[in-house]
Amino acid sequence: MSTITPSTIQVEHSMEPTRSRLVTVSIAFWHIFRRDLVVTARSIVPFVMQALVMPTALLYIFGRILPGVGVTQQMYPAMFFPGVVALTIFMASLQGVSLSLMLDLDGNHEIDDRLLAPLTVGLVALEKVLYAAVRALVAGGLTFVIAYLILGNGYQVRTDSLGLLIIVMVLYALSSSALGLVLGAALSADKIYLLFSLIFSVALYTGCVYYTWSQVSSIKILQIITLFNPLSYASEGLRAAMVPPLHGQAVATLPIFWSLLALVATFVIFLALGTRVFRKRVIS
Amino acid sequence: MSSTSPGPFALEVSQLVKKYPKAAARAVDDVSFTVQPGEIFGLLGPNGAGKTTAIGIMTTRVLPTSGTCRILGVDVVRDALGAKQLLSVVPQRTNLDLSLNARDILTFHASYHGVSRARRNALADQLLAEFGLTERKKDLVSRYSGGMAQRVMIARALMHTPRVLFLDEPTNNLDPQTRLFLWERIRALKERGITILLTTHDMEEASRLCDRIAIMDHGKILICDTPAQLEKLIPGGAALELRVLLPTGVPARALVASGHGEASQDEAPSSQLQQVLRSLPGVVKVEALHASEKADEPTNLTVFRLYAQDVSALTSQAVHVVTEWNAELLDLHQARPSLEDVFIYLTGRNIR
Repeated sequence: MSTITPSTIQVEHSMEPTRSRLVTVSIAFWHIFRRDLVVTARSIVPFVMQALVMPTALLYIFGRILPGVGVTQQMYPAMFFPGVVALTIFMASLQGVSLSLMLDLDGNHEIDDRLLAPLTVGLVALEKVLYAAVRALVAGGLTFVIAYLILGNGYQVRTDSLGLLIIVMVLYALSSSALGLVLGAALSADKIYLLFSLIFSVALYTGCVYYTWSQVSSIKILQIITLFNPLSYASEGLRAAMVPPLHGQAVATLPIFWSLLALVATFVIFLALGTRVFRKRVIS
Repeated sequence: MSSTSPGPFALEVSQLVKKYPKAAARAVDDVSFTVQPGEIFGLLGPNGAGKTTAIGIMTTRVLPTSGTCRILGVDVVRDALGAKQLLSVVPQRTNLDLSLNARDILTFHASYHGVSRARRNALADQLLAEFGLTERKKDLVSRYSGGMAQRVMIARALMHTPRVLFLDEPTNNLDPQTRLFLWERIRALKERGITILLTTHDMEEASRLCDRIAIMDHGKILICDTPAQLEKLIPGGAALELRVLLPTGVPARALVASGHGEASQDEAPSSQLQQVLRSLPGVVKVEALHASEKADEPTNLTVFRLYAQDVSALTSQAVHVVTEWNAELLDLHQARPSLEDVFIYLTGRNIR
């Protein structure tokens, strides 16, 4: 064996200053986040199409065509639009984290480079959730533009609860992205069909998107089922924040306190569970 | 190995065990070794030997069942974050960020590790040039060939100036030209003082690159030494092979007359000749492989393998001894055993 003494070693030591752990981790976290933003910005057209095709179709059919031919009530678009915003956030979240994770963990392993960056596995998972939440919020925000253009007079959004509107959107973006982490880390790529056929469909029809919670009070079983879907709390919370009072009466929704509490709780639970599942997938 | 050099080992693995919950056997079974700073250390073994799992533990991606692993004194389990700043990995399978081009891959990697923008840009350009990737640095890596992707992965691994570099089968499935290129680069990295641990099942790669090699099989390290020492372990490094047809009824006086050895007259002729050959200067070991089972070969045919540092110098003397014995020399050639022979010798099976 060749004898190597430290004097012969010429490792090019990093020129970077010595940093505290917190700073090192923060820098790594920011740049991982920046990587996701840069990649999204470079593929902005596919992202916008992915995010907006479905809400555009829904708003056009249910918000414009059907009320126009008298199939639904004139107020239906105003009640339906908050559900579309919530659904758009849900879809964009899952597209942002679940799909990419499922493909990555089973195939590309692009995430390896980030897992070897100087930060914890939990923070890599959290970054995925935050990034997906930002994507979802952008998609949700763009839905307002689409709705304004499509619905015409049917576009009725109260502007005196903007704070609540933003809080509900942010909380649901976080909650659905954390759910996306759970699904993305738990399902292998060959189960991708489950994401579309089962999860999207079930969420869509049990999430109080097409109907308000109080409207289905006569079908108790459906009402109970909807309470297990976080999308219901987002749809109802957004209705409380967006739908203008009719004849001086606020629209009947789930109590906003319970909606907010449910969104916070589901975020915390899904994040904890998702991080745990993610860690199990990437650290054997 | 010597532990006289000051400071911590670049890599110190102690009684490492990994048992996966549903597996019957241990993937890594009580593995211990140390690697000095600046050394190229090879883990050699067949597929499934536990090399990749061992690398996984050393690089924070696999949790050991027991045992410890320290990189420059930093425990990879207790302080994974600290260890990640010191190490870099080039995995077996491509794990490049397919959404980015080669240059972005390098600069993003460096930014994760806190390298400043000016430095990471300069370093990326330097490494892209060094690895012959400058012309295609703006291409998405999804369009790269296997060899190019491997070069990008090694360049990426160097972006945060790691102290210990792990290369998991770095030239597997690459064309000979790329293989030679990467060997050259790996040697250059050693000259820069980077400690390298590489896994391979390529004997030539191991013997050409590594200062020391640990041969691994079924999760265990069977032996660890320099390539030269390993090749000496068994009939290997340099052997002279003689196919000899022994005369029947060898006169014992031939032995005495030859002045070689102290073989007993009671022994079989082949054993006597074996001892005489063993007594030749420089001979380390002689194997007599007779007992040919082929029906068409004479029973007094014996193959002698002489192991010595310099078998060329031995040729004339060996021929002389055989002639003195009135034996017929049917064939004489130099056999050049390799690490592959070492592996077969240790495990009883081929490495691939």
